[in-house]
Amino acid sequence: MITIELFPYVGSFAENKDRARSIRLERIVLALDEGQEVTLDFEGVESATQSFVHALISDLIRNYGPEVIDRIYFKNCSEIVKKIVSMVVEYMQESA
Amino acid sequence: MRVHLPNSAFLGNIDPFLRSFEGSEPDILEVSANKSWISVHPIVLSFVAALGRNVGPSNIRCEDFEARSGHYLERMGLFRVLGIDLGMRIIEHESAGRFVPLTIIRTNDELTDLITEIIPLLHLEKDQAGPIKYTISELVRNVLEHSGSPLGAVVSAQYYKKSNSIRIGIADTGVGIQATISRSHHAPDHLEAIRLALNPGITGETTRVGGTELNAGAGLFFIKSIAKVNRDFFVIFSGDAMYKLLKVGSSTKRVRLYADPFDDRHSTEIGLSPFTGTAVGIDISLDTTEAFTGLLDQIRRTYVKTIKERKKARYRRPRFV
Repeated sequence: MITIELFPYVGSFAENKDRARSIRLERIVLALDEGQEVTLDFEGVESATQSFVHALISDLIRNYGPEVIDRIYFKNCSEIVKKIVSMVVEYMQESA
Repeated sequence: MRVHLPNSAFLGNIDPFLRSFEGSEPDILEVSANKSWISVHPIVLSFVAALGRNVGPSNIRCEDFEARSGHYLERMGLFRVLGIDLGMRIIEHESAGRFVPLTIIRTNDELTDLITEIIPLLHLEKDQAGPIKYTISELVRNVLEHSGSPLGAVVSAQYYKKSNSIRIGIADTGVGIQATISRSHHAPDHLEAIRLALNPGITGETTRVGGTELNAGAGLFFIKSIAKVNRDFFVIFSGDAMYKLLKVGSSTKRVRLYADPFDDRHSTEIGLSPFTGTAVGIDISLDTTEAFTGLLDQIRRTYVKTIKERKKARYRRPRFV
């Protein structure tokens, strides 16, 4: 299990898709490919855009299948972050 | 090109301003203004600034501005962004105000910096800032990713005490919505392109439901939804067409979101003098700002329902012979 703290990369408002993509490719994918589970720690992140969360996790669901959600934990999420993560997870499964 | 800044042009009455825009001779920009006073929505300023930056300072002609209107435009940074000096200086008694002067954003990091500065510039409470940061982020990122404009996005915003609202304008002189959306969808005219772009799950990047790794085609739908739920205006102008989301009246108790923007109460203009680029304006009332989390629930329901319907529409049907 690895834990990725997002605040140092994205600040309190997570909206930079380039950084989301970097985190996904450089941290999450590597961990998943090693068979590890991943905790995304949103401590300090008050809000996020749908675009950010889409760039962070949509391709994981597309490439690894919806089961990948069982290997990712979303920690310390604000209500807004929870709702946006839930939305992206739901529509990516609907569009699979 | 010719632009006249009237004494009043806000989203509710912006149509005459757009109709007065003259887009011929695209290498020259003539700017004139109402002689007495000017009070215009930031979309107007961002639009003029984007046009002016595209032609360059040596090709801009400004009619003599009277002191009052000139000072307003100077304070909003119009002449600075256009690279011209009319010799105006802000006089001491001008209020610091609550506004974001015209700002050019060309990179993701510049956008992140702007988002950080917005709260102090607009003097926002923390809970008021959410939809405003969200709106600016998504709209500017659209410009950076899709417009193809090397000049970036022109952003401005202002607080209006009387309506207790923040008004935001963002413009670019990129390829426009029709060129972008037509990469993956059939958009025979500019208005249809705008309609498609406002539909959730439609992006110019792909025909695939769910979008690409970086684009879901949800950004503009989100922004229109923020405006609708808060009973505010939203305007988008590209090519020769404009779409305006009209305010939902206070007699309507429950605001419903629609995937198709033409199902919302709206108005349109077509046959405007062509504008190569995109301009977007939105009002966000601070009095009626719906809890952002409640808004997200509504957006999720509409978005997922639309994805399901769109996917179902593509199902193959058995052919019984």
